[in-house]
Amino acid sequence: MTTVAIPEKVERRRVPTRRRVSPLLVVLVAAAVIAVLTYTLPPFRNYQLATIGAYLCVTAGLTVLTGLNGQLSLGHGALMATGAYTLALMQNRFDMLVLGLAAAIVVTTAVGAIIGLAAARLRGPYLAGLTLAVAVVVPSITSTFDETFNSDQGLTVALEPPPGTIGVEQWQAWLCWGAALVTVLLLAYAIRGRFGRDLRAVRDDETAAKLAGVGVARTQVLAFVVSSACAGLAGALFAVLAQSVSPGAFPLTLSLFLLMAIVIGGLGRLSGAVIGAFLLVALPSVAQSIAEDAGSQRLEGNLALTFFGVVLVVVMLAAPGGLASLRFPTKQASLRFPTKKASLRFPRKKQKGQE
Amino acid sequence: MSTHVEQGLSLHDITVRFGGLVALEDVSLRVSPGRVVGVIGPNGAGKTTLFNVVCGFAVPQSGSITLDGKAFSPKPHQLARHGIARTLQGVGQFNGMTVLENVLVGVRHRGAGTAAAYEALERCGVADVADAYPASLPNARRKRVELARALASRPRILMLDEPAGGLDGAEIDWLAELIKAVDTTVLLVEHHMDLVMSVCDEILVLDFGKPIALGSPAEIRADDKVTEAYLGTAA
Repeated sequence: MTTVAIPEKVERRRVPTRRRVSPLLVVLVAAAVIAVLTYTLPPFRNYQLATIGAYLCVTAGLTVLTGLNGQLSLGHGALMATGAYTLALMQNRFDMLVLGLAAAIVVTTAVGAIIGLAAARLRGPYLAGLTLAVAVVVPSITSTFDETFNSDQGLTVALEPPPGTIGVEQWQAWLCWGAALVTVLLLAYAIRGRFGRDLRAVRDDETAAKLAGVGVARTQVLAFVVSSACAGLAGALFAVLAQSVSPGAFPLTLSLFLLMAIVIGGLGRLSGAVIGAFLLVALPSVAQSIAEDAGSQRLEGNLALTFFGVVLVVVMLAAPGGLASLRFPTKQASLRFPTKKASLRFPRKKQKGQE
Repeated sequence: MSTHVEQGLSLHDITVRFGGLVALEDVSLRVSPGRVVGVIGPNGAGKTTLFNVVCGFAVPQSGSITLDGKAFSPKPHQLARHGIARTLQGVGQFNGMTVLENVLVGVRHRGAGTAAAYEALERCGVADVADAYPASLPNARRKRVELARALASRPRILMLDEPAGGLDGAEIDWLAELIKAVDTTVLLVEHHMDLVMSVCDEILVLDFGKPIALGSPAEIRADDKVTEAYLGTAA
């Protein structure tokens, strides 16, 4: 190949552009920490820990879809419901939890593929509208086919008690975090390479992505499918946690909460999904205890939503990239990025050699 | 003309209408391997539409395209697979990704990765900003990044849509050097006449969608119809 004279001599930089920690290492450390926690926490805290794990499955998938691929979904609550009902039906029939979880993932993936095919043709508010419709329609299916789904009452999930002397809550925490960490690990590896770049390229500029050889529709459908599988797993875990499913457990507000959580946590970052999952459990819990202290029943239901709203506004003002984007500035870093607002979003930005 | 039969990209009698507007009318063009072919014409002449036809963004009402003698119905995301890369008139950057990642999106052949992306960045003189985000760069450098992404796919045919737009003299000189040195076929839409005249082997002139001249830079310079299209009819 002939090469062109490069105007300014460029010093070749060492390849790694970002310090990357191996996802496997992070997950292993997290697993160890969680395992220790499950032995030290009281049952109710273990139950809350398990709930964080279940939420993490869905927030991790949603942040890949919305944050990295730019597809807004208001329907993930409904996809969770799909997973939950699948698990309940399977569990009550075959009494095999692993089979039920697998079936929940498969069924939700299939539903997600159908929605994804439609979603890939829609943009912005129209996509939001479609997924909103899903969120509204799915609960009403339960009352339409009430023989199978038992309408508003829902289904109970019969589960065998955990073996030996393990507490139910501890076992739930293991199950949920096992699932969550596997999910996060798989997603982390998936978005590292080409697939992750394609997702973001489609989000940023579809035309340019096409011209660079990215199958835009294929990437979008795939993102939706992956994200749906995660939501299905999360839904199934919720069914296990509550040992029941009902349409009331998956309202439209759940989908909104999920979105708010990943935005607050940091859109498009798996660490943000972890923060989001934590907030999904912590904020309602704090709200509830405040409401209980105040002795107001009416406050109890609405305070969590208010909390989320306030936190969302505050976080967006302070850190537009979400909590996960916050870096504690070291001395060097603060020298490098003086007071630029953009440094909050892209902390490792470097500018030099302008012409 | 080339001894090979129908190697490279050929357009045969392409006509594109948008409603009542005829954007292209019976345009034929042969882009032989290794040649630098320019498409010029006043604003609205149909230059970008011609590019869009080759890229599959616009479907012609009549006419056909062949690639290496075979019928070719382009789809945008499959162009790269056929060895065709195109830059956009604006700067089609992925702003949420670093310069290096931007170029990596274009690297799609097997076994190539960061090294190929760096090679393209260095060739375009922007390897020093590999970690920066495109939005933080001046326009001229962003255009180089886009060029690097196109080159990183190792195209057989490089389609450049107004690459000199918004560039200063030194940048245009650099661009001319690159186009001359690049060892692929180049299809160029450009307003900057000095650039077109200096780098092209062959030039197609469009006016209101119609081809009015096709020839070497010298022939185009001497063509009365071209002067007329650009400067208006002499009184």
